[in-house]
Amino acid sequence: MNEMSKIEPAPLRFEAPPATSLLAHARHIVAENPVTGFAFALFALIVLAALLGPSLVPYDPLASNTSAALQGPSASHWFGTDQLGRDIFSRVVAATRLDFSIAVTSVALVFVLGGLAGVTAGFFGGWVDTLVGRIADTIMAFPLFVLAMGIVAALGNSVTNIVIATAIINFPLYARVARAEANIRREAGFVQAARLSGNSEWRLLLTQIVPNIMPIMAVQMSLTMGYAILNAAGLSFIGLGVRPPTPEWGIMVAEGASFIVSGEWWVALFPGLALMTAVFCFNLLGDGVRDLVDPQRRN
Amino acid sequence: MSAPPLLDVRKLTVEFATRRGTVQAVKAIDLSVGKGETVAVVGESGSGKSVTSYAMVRILDRAGRIADGSISFSGVDLVAASEAQMRDLRGREISMIFQNPRAALNPIRKVGRQIEDVLVQHVQATRATAREKAIEALEKVRIARPEERYDAYPFELSGGMCQRVVIALALACQPQLLIADEPTTGLDVTTQKAVMDLIVELTRERGMSTILITHDLGLAAAYSDRVVVMEKGRVVETAGALDIFRDPQHPYTRKLMKATPRLGMSLQDLLPDGREVRERPSPEGEAGAAGSPARSPLGPPLLVVENLVKEYPRPPKGSLLARLTGKAEPEAQPFRAVDGIGFEVRRGETLGLVGESGCGKSTTSMMLNRLLDPTAGRILFDGQDIGAIPAKGFAASPFRQRIQMVFQDPTDSLNPRFTAERAIADPILRMGKIRGRAALRARCEELARSVGLPTELIDRFPHQLSGGQKARVGIARAIALDPDLVILDEPTAALDVSVQAVVLNLLDELKQRLGMSYIFVSHDLNVVRLLCDRVVVMRSGRIVEQGTAEEVLGDPKAAYTRELLSAIPHPPA
Amino acid sequence: MLRMIAARLKTTIPSLIGVIIVTFLLTRVLPGDTAAYFAGPAASKEAIADIRGKLGLDRPLPVQFVSYVTALAKGDLGTSLTTGQAVTADLAQRLPASAELTLFGLLMSMAIALPLGVLAAVRQGSWIDHLCRIIATAGVSLPVFFTGLLLVYVFYFILGWAPAPLGRLDVFFSEPPRVTGFLLIDSLIARDAEMFRAALSQILLPALTLAIFSLAPITRMTRASMLAVLGADFVRTARASGLSSGKVIGTYAFRNAMLPVVTTLGMVFSFLLGANVLVEKVFAWPGVGSYAVEALLASDYAPIQGFVLTMAILYVALNLLIDILYGVIDPRVRLEA
Repeated sequence: MNEMSKIEPAPLRFEAPPATSLLAHARHIVAENPVTGFAFALFALIVLAALLGPSLVPYDPLASNTSAALQGPSASHWFGTDQLGRDIFSRVVAATRLDFSIAVTSVALVFVLGGLAGVTAGFFGGWVDTLVGRIADTIMAFPLFVLAMGIVAALGNSVTNIVIATAIINFPLYARVARAEANIRREAGFVQAARLSGNSEWRLLLTQIVPNIMPIMAVQMSLTMGYAILNAAGLSFIGLGVRPPTPEWGIMVAEGASFIVSGEWWVALFPGLALMTAVFCFNLLGDGVRDLVDPQRRN
Repeated sequence: MSAPPLLDVRKLTVEFATRRGTVQAVKAIDLSVGKGETVAVVGESGSGKSVTSYAMVRILDRAGRIADGSISFSGVDLVAASEAQMRDLRGREISMIFQNPRAALNPIRKVGRQIEDVLVQHVQATRATAREKAIEALEKVRIARPEERYDAYPFELSGGMCQRVVIALALACQPQLLIADEPTTGLDVTTQKAVMDLIVELTRERGMSTILITHDLGLAAAYSDRVVVMEKGRVVETAGALDIFRDPQHPYTRKLMKATPRLGMSLQDLLPDGREVRERPSPEGEAGAAGSPARSPLGPPLLVVENLVKEYPRPPKGSLLARLTGKAEPEAQPFRAVDGIGFEVRRGETLGLVGESGCGKSTTSMMLNRLLDPTAGRILFDGQDIGAIPAKGFAASPFRQRIQMVFQDPTDSLNPRFTAERAIADPILRMGKIRGRAALRARCEELARSVGLPTELIDRFPHQLSGGQKARVGIARAIALDPDLVILDEPTAALDVSVQAVVLNLLDELKQRLGMSYIFVSHDLNVVRLLCDRVVVMRSGRIVEQGTAEEVLGDPKAAYTRELLSAIPHPPA
Repeated sequence: MLRMIAARLKTTIPSLIGVIIVTFLLTRVLPGDTAAYFAGPAASKEAIADIRGKLGLDRPLPVQFVSYVTALAKGDLGTSLTTGQAVTADLAQRLPASAELTLFGLLMSMAIALPLGVLAAVRQGSWIDHLCRIIATAGVSLPVFFTGLLLVYVFYFILGWAPAPLGRLDVFFSEPPRVTGFLLIDSLIARDAEMFRAALSQILLPALTLAIFSLAPITRMTRASMLAVLGADFVRTARASGLSSGKVIGTYAFRNAMLPVVTTLGMVFSFLLGANVLVEKVFAWPGVGSYAVEALLASDYAPIQGFVLTMAILYVALNLLIDILYGVIDPRVRLEA
């Protein structure tokens, strides 16, 4: 090893950029953009409401009390009551679980199916690629919400079908992102190097491609969560999927719609605000996750 | 130099606001350019040379600002000038040309119109005369059929042609100063020579001054009167082009100078320490022969390539309907990226595979390392036709571990989610015999040491390593299983010259020690000369010439090889 | 140019085939009795059997598909149970109302989004940039039906500036002679300023709702692509050549930045055609969206299928238009076809 000293002229270890941990990076991002921190806090609140909400609320979300119908917000009914005298605050909080689980389930479903289909298509190409591309193109040929309407109308009016429809209309998005990311990495230097190291194609896919695509897919996931909630609420707003009296934000806004013109604003406002806040939170979260995952985006 | 300089930069400091606070990219530099003079600003990446030029015309991006100093151009203070004044000066008095000419042109506007825009802006032409003048400008940069080219979009032109358009654009208003920022980086060496000769001729004709910004000392020496060397935002040395090569003063300049490969040097000469005061051989006398490294005796052939061909189908022509009805034109001839080449590599030998972009050298190397299937021909490795084993299943072949590769881009060739150790261990895990955590670790550390990578760095991820360190990881991975043949695909193209010098020496030393053979794929003949025993010159998928390095590079038989050699800018040795 | 259009037309064929197959599958292959769906909830056994015979549901699938396509070719989408009319006629009657609303909304949105996005990119970090970011994030978070209700509450109930959210035209007016089906245009053709004002006041709020909804993606994309282009080498060349900032931003940057924006328009249309359904419900707008919603409530299946198919075909056509527009701006697409 004596001749190595000649080849090792400079103290190379000092050239390297300092090692930063993910945690430090996360702290930096939250410090730089407090909105992201706020979004994470809000997200925690939503998860909490979804988990514990129904057992915490002051009133039974389904109990009607016609003597107290259509009362404005007050100390006893923070968000007022609806046309059947149900407590809107309790209903808004209780609805979190349903709306949240519709979004999470459909996004998880499409994450697995769309992601797998896209990665396989992008990495192997050939007929798999053609097939996945055709399916995605066909779905994309429809205005997505309209397709979701058609699917739920055809499959039948149920929450499960809303989840399925939401997953289907998001499929092209996931498949395309995963395909594109797998495709550009298919011939990347590190994948070629791994080929030279004797890895089989399937092993390449699992050890080289998939772990590198996960962060991008995670961003995609948090960005589409908001869209999934909006979509589900939109469907129930026009009477698809969730049936009254189940507390759900979209339906509650729909029920309150007829009272807007006569001035009882609170019936529609609070569920609408809840919906908006949730979607807003997911969108901010998506931006935050993107910053976290891709440090080059911020400089 | 009694007349006041055309451009006089004093104590210029440029700051950038970044995540980690304010960073000074340029620190109190002085620079002057006389009338008709060509000044080269030379430095490695991050030296602040480009930022200096942007500051001079005040087109720094938002985060940057001139913090201190003065820039005086023909008596005008450019730091204090209003934006309107600056706009009037840019393009009319001071012009710039940039690296990557295709990107420097608006992709959706006809090139003629882009020249017109500048002419009209600076009232050098009216709408009525603009077309004529733009065509004239195209003619001056020797673009054939300028009337037709006027209507072309950048994507329809070659890289060299785009750079001519950019030059036409820059010179359209007869400016006094031209700033050329890496004008030929990314262009082939023959195109580089054509473009540089054109710039010199046109600026000389007009008595213009030029600032040539480059990382290439050879280019700077060949085309400038004076050289300014920058390091980390400071000017470390300014001297006449000849003086700076004969007698560099600053240690950094000396190091940079030494690291630049040229005629009559050996690999060890590139390194900064060691025989510092060694007499340099006279440039004419010992060129060629003296430059080649000490050769070990060559063994029997390890790899024999016979009549190797790679074809790619061309997209079919004719409409869908015509194809369906069978009325399509006869199938177009497939494109031959590699067109029947043959050569051999002997044990212990380094074979250089050289040529300009698109000559088929990369396709060839991909076939040799069995990531790509040839259309025809044989690849005999140790007597066996490995070309017959499909690339898809080659990972399982016992030959896999005997042929390895070092990639061009050290960053791209490392999985961002693998530590250096995991990357080095990958081939061992798949094909090696070492088992057990500790043994593997020990082997990885040994490999790291042998490529000069500090062992405490092997737990780091690629983004925590420098370019040179990443290159070492890539080399360690390639030699992990003691291969017989390593293909080096432009292994230093992405590195600064000083790092290149170290990596080249490392590669040569490893070869001697481990008894490997190399195929060194490169476009840089100066580097090939230093490292290779024999050379194969390729053009358009065919071999133009092959022979020993002395023969091919010292006394080329083919006209194309001579053209390539004469296009290399030569620093005075 | 013509060759590019022809090439692009060819690529719409698989999309159309896909759309037709999917709408067919949605009705025939899914669980449940299709005939019962089509006959409606109140139908007797005989009526269902009758429908089954009419739709040919007792025959093998390929035969059904052929007859479905044949009927489609004749423009036959079945009959609506609620209106008792042919679905095609119903849709044709109501389509202009939806088209007018969507296009008006999109125009409003582009008129705000493009300048805003460009300004935000040019003055990066200024208040207008922050405004742009707020709009981009808040805009995509607003459920479109909720925005509509808020606007109704503020502008109708509180301020009284807007008319009641009940359709395209106040009941006191009778529609102008139908030329384009767009009330704003037809009333102008009829030289009826009063009616134009009435129609405008009705369309303003729903169109604004759609505009707010599509503002976010267009602003976001304009800002992002403008920023990317402003950092591009050719813009640096233009600046280094001393071109005026108007020229640099207008001719060099903006036109290039429009390319990704035009592509985004495809996605925006997808969103708009969906949002349209919700907005029409909120404002009782007599378009195809509210027609479909009414049919949904009545479990009247033929109109829903007709609606989905029509929207899809419209959307394919819009995408074709967008691609052609792209080719007009970008010579690379035009010349390489």
